[in-house]
Amino acid sequence: MAVADHSHDHHDDHHDHGEFIAHHFDSPEQQFDSGKLGIWLFLVTEVLFFSGLFVAYTLYRNHHPEIFDQAHVYLNKYLGGLNTIVLLFSSLTMALGVRSAQLGKNKSCGIYVLITMVCASMFLGVKAVEYSHKWDMGILVRSAFDFTYTHPDQTIISGLSNYLVYLSVIPLLLLVGFIITSVVFRLIDKAVWSKFWMGMAITVGGYFLGVVIGYLFMAAKIGEAKHAYIEPVRPIALYAMTQDTDHAKEDHAKSDHVKGDGHDKDHDDEHDDEHHDAAHANGEHHDDHGHGEHHGEIPEFDRNVGTFFSIYYCMTGLHAIHIIAGIIALGWLYFRCLNNHWRSDYFGPVDYVGLYWHLVDLIWIYLFPLLYLID
Amino acid sequence: MVDSSARKALFDTPETHFLNCTKGWKSWAFTLDHKRIGIMYLIGVTIALLLAGTFALVLRTHLWAFDGALPMSDDMYNQMFTLHGAVMVFSFIIPSVPAALGNIVLPMMLGAKDVAFPRMNLASFYLWIIGTGMLLAAILSGYGLDTGWTFYTPYSIETQTGVIWATFGAFVLGFSSIFTGLNFLVTVNTMRSKGQGWFQLPLFIWSLYATAIIQVLATPVLGITLLMLIAEKTMHIGIFDPKYGGDPVLFQHFFWFYSHPAVYIMILPAMGVISELISVYSQKRIFGYSFIAFSSVAIALLGFLVWGHHMFTSGQSQVVTLIFSAITFTVAIPSAVKVFNWLATLYKGSILLNTPMCFALSFIFLFGIGGLTGLFLGALSTDIHLHDTYFVVAHFHFVMVGGTLTALLGGVFHWWPKVWGRMYNDFLGRVSCFMVFAGFNLTFFPQFVMGSRGMPRRYASYDPEFLAFHQLSTIGAFVLGWGIVLAVGVLIYAAIKGPRCGANPFKAASLEWQSSSPPDFHNFVHNPLLNDPYDFDAMVFDEELGTYISREFADPSKVPPRKEPVHH
Repeated sequence: MAVADHSHDHHDDHHDHGEFIAHHFDSPEQQFDSGKLGIWLFLVTEVLFFSGLFVAYTLYRNHHPEIFDQAHVYLNKYLGGLNTIVLLFSSLTMALGVRSAQLGKNKSCGIYVLITMVCASMFLGVKAVEYSHKWDMGILVRSAFDFTYTHPDQTIISGLSNYLVYLSVIPLLLLVGFIITSVVFRLIDKAVWSKFWMGMAITVGGYFLGVVIGYLFMAAKIGEAKHAYIEPVRPIALYAMTQDTDHAKEDHAKSDHVKGDGHDKDHDDEHDDEHHDAAHANGEHHDDHGHGEHHGEIPEFDRNVGTFFSIYYCMTGLHAIHIIAGIIALGWLYFRCLNNHWRSDYFGPVDYVGLYWHLVDLIWIYLFPLLYLID
Repeated sequence: MVDSSARKALFDTPETHFLNCTKGWKSWAFTLDHKRIGIMYLIGVTIALLLAGTFALVLRTHLWAFDGALPMSDDMYNQMFTLHGAVMVFSFIIPSVPAALGNIVLPMMLGAKDVAFPRMNLASFYLWIIGTGMLLAAILSGYGLDTGWTFYTPYSIETQTGVIWATFGAFVLGFSSIFTGLNFLVTVNTMRSKGQGWFQLPLFIWSLYATAIIQVLATPVLGITLLMLIAEKTMHIGIFDPKYGGDPVLFQHFFWFYSHPAVYIMILPAMGVISELISVYSQKRIFGYSFIAFSSVAIALLGFLVWGHHMFTSGQSQVVTLIFSAITFTVAIPSAVKVFNWLATLYKGSILLNTPMCFALSFIFLFGIGGLTGLFLGALSTDIHLHDTYFVVAHFHFVMVGGTLTALLGGVFHWWPKVWGRMYNDFLGRVSCFMVFAGFNLTFFPQFVMGSRGMPRRYASYDPEFLAFHQLSTIGAFVLGWGIVLAVGVLIYAAIKGPRCGANPFKAASLEWQSSSPPDFHNFVHNPLLNDPYDFDAMVFDEELGTYISREFADPSKVPPRKEPVHH
C-alpha cells in the first residue's frame, strides 16, 4: 500500500510553485502535459466540428458533381493560392515563435507572433475582396443565388465594391481605435500597453494590406473566371435558372411560389396552375423561357448551383471565424511576450495556441483544393 | 501510525472545510473549487428536472381524458412535450451525473486537488446556465417551440416557433458538455496519484472516462449540425431544406450521429454509479472489474456505430438498415456484461438495504427492462410496427428515467454525507425510493401495452380504448413526481439539519472517503493511502471517531485481523 503522493505537503499552498503554476498542479511538467493533452483534445473537437461540413460537401459533390464542376470556376484560384501561401508562411512564423518561447526569447517570440497575426489579418483582407466580389455578382447562398451575365453590379468590378467598403468599416474603426489607444498609453507612460495596442494596430493593418493586394489581383483580372464572362459550362441550364430567379425576385419569400418551381417532379401538375397565377400576377411573360422547366426538361441539379456556394460560404465563413479567434488568442500571446512571461520551463500557452494555429492552417489546406481546384 | 488526536484531526468534521472556508455569494459565483461547482451544477440540474417534470405532469394531466382534460390547444400540447424533452435531455440528463456528481467525486477519487482546468470547469457551468436560459427563452419569446427535442427538418425550418433560440441554446449546452468531458479526460490522464494505475481506479472513473470520450467526439457534430440548421432557417442554404434542393434526412443522420452516442452519455455514468453502490453496499469486491471497465469503453465506441437505427423508417437502403440493426444488437452484449457482473457481486454479499442500495437495485430492474425492450426496437420487423408509438416512449424512459435518474438519486444519497458531513433520514429516503420505483412503473408499464397496440406518441388526444392505460399512467406520473420531491426534501433537510456523520459512514474504500466530511478545500489534509477501491476489509471501525478508517490509521491494538490476504 503506497501513499498517494501528490505533493510534498498538502498543507502548503505556496511551496516551490513557480509564478504561473496553478495551485492544483504538483509540477510544471504536470501542468504542461495537462495543457498539451487538453489542446490536442480540443483540436479533435475542432476537426469533428468541421466534419459536418466536409460530409455535406462530400455528399453533395457525390450527388451533383456537375454543380461543383460548373460552380467552382467563379472562385479565384490565384487569390485562394495567395491566401494559402500567406497561411503557410504564418505557420512557419508561428513555429519559430514557439521555438523562441521555448528558449525564453520573449522579444523574438513577440516579433514572430506579430508577423503571424499580420498574416492572419491579411488572409481576412483577401477573403473580404473575394466575398465582396461574389456578392456584387449575385453569387450568394442557394436561396438568394442571383447570378446573371448582365447583372448590373457586375460592371462595378473596375470600381470599388460597396460590400468591400461595408466589410472594411469595422477594421477601419479598430485600426483608428488601436492607434489612439496606443498613443494614449504612450502619453501616460505605459510602454508595454502602448506597444501592445500598436501591435494590434499593425495587425489590423494587415487586413488592409490584404485588401489592396487582393484588389490589385482583381483589377489586373488575374485569375478572373473567364468562363464567367464568356460562357458558363452549361449555358442553357444556367440561363434558365437565372431567368427563373430573376422573375422570382419579388415573390421569392412566398414559399408557395418556390414550391411551384417544378422542383418536385411528382407534384408538377398540382403546382403548375399555382405557378402560372404567380407569374401572371407579376405581369411576366412566362412562356418564352420558363415553361419547359415545369415539365422537368431542366435537370434538377442546375437549380442547385447555389448549393455549392452555400457550402463554400459555410466552410470558409466558419474558417474565417476561427482565424479571428486565432488572432485574439495570438494577441493574448503577444501581450504576454511583451511582459516577458515565457521561460524555458514555462512556454505552454505559446505551444497550445501554436497547435491551434496550425490546425486552422491545415483546414484551409483542405478547403483550398476542395473548393478552388476542382478541375 | 497516528495517535488518537491526530486521527481526530484527520477524520472528524473539521472547523473549516470547503463549504465555509470562504464566505459570500462571490466565493461561490467565482469559485474554482470542483466541489462547489459540482454542488451548483446539482442545484441547477435539479431545478431543470423539477421544471421539465412539471411540464410532464401537465402533459399527463391533459391525457387524463381522451379528448384532452386541460383547456389546452393541440399546439400548446406540442410545445409542452417539446420543452419537456429538450430541457430534460439537454439541461438535465446529459449534465446530471457527470457534471454534478462527477465534478464532486472524480478529482477526489484520484486523490487530486482539483480537475485539470478549474476555470474551464466554471465556464462549463456558466455555459450551462446560458444555454438553459436560451432554451427557456423559446417559451418566454411568446412563440414556444413545437418541433420535438429533435428539431427535425423540414418542419423545424417551416415552423414560426422559437427554433433559433432553442437550437442556439442546445449549441451552447453542447459546449458546456464538451468542456466537462475534456476536463475529465485530461484529469484522469494526468492527475492520478503517483502509483495509481488505470486498474486501481474506481469503476465510476472508468465510466466517466468513457462518457467523456463520447462528449468530446460526438458533441462537436451536434454543434455544427445546429449551426447549419440555424443557417438553413435564416438564409436557406439548401443543405437540409428540400425546397432548395437540400436533404432533410441528412439532418437526421447528423443529429443522431450525436444524439445516439448522447444516449450513452446519459446512461454510462449512471452505470458507473451503480458499480460503486452495488459493491459498497454488498461489502464485496466488485465482480469482474476489468469486464465492467472495458464494457464501458466498448459501449462508448459501439455507440458511435448505431445512429442509423433511428432512421429505419426514414428511407435508408435495406443493406444499411440491416447493418445498423446488427450493430445495435451488439450493444446489448457489454450492457448485459455489466448487469451480470452486478448480480454476481450481489451474490453472497452482505447486503445493506439503505436508500442508495434501494435505488441501485431499482436501477438494475428498470434498466434491465429498458435495455431488453430496446431489442424489440432494434429488430427491423418489430420496429416498423412499434416506431413512433408509446412503446418507444416507454423504452427510453425506462433507460433514461428508470436508469439515469434512479442512479443519480442513488449516487446523490451515497455521496451526500461526504459533501455535507450530515446523514439523511434513511427511512424517508427509502420511502422516496419506493415512490419513485412504483410511480415510475405505473407510469410507463402501461405505455408499453398501449404502444404495442398502436397508440402513437406525441398526440394530444387518443382513441377511448386507451383511456384506462392513460389514466393509470397519469396516476403513476404524480406518484413519481411526489417521490422525487420527497427525495429532494429529505436531502435538503439532511444538508441543513441532519445528524453529523463521520468521514466514512458506509465503509467504502475509494479515496474520497479518506478525507473528512465535508472535505477540506484541497480535498485531503493528509496524503490519502492508495488502496484498492474495492478492498473493504482495508477499512476498520473506529469507536472513538464513530466511523470507518483505513487500517493504517487505526489503533493497531484494536485492528481485527484481515479476513482475506491482500492481493494486488
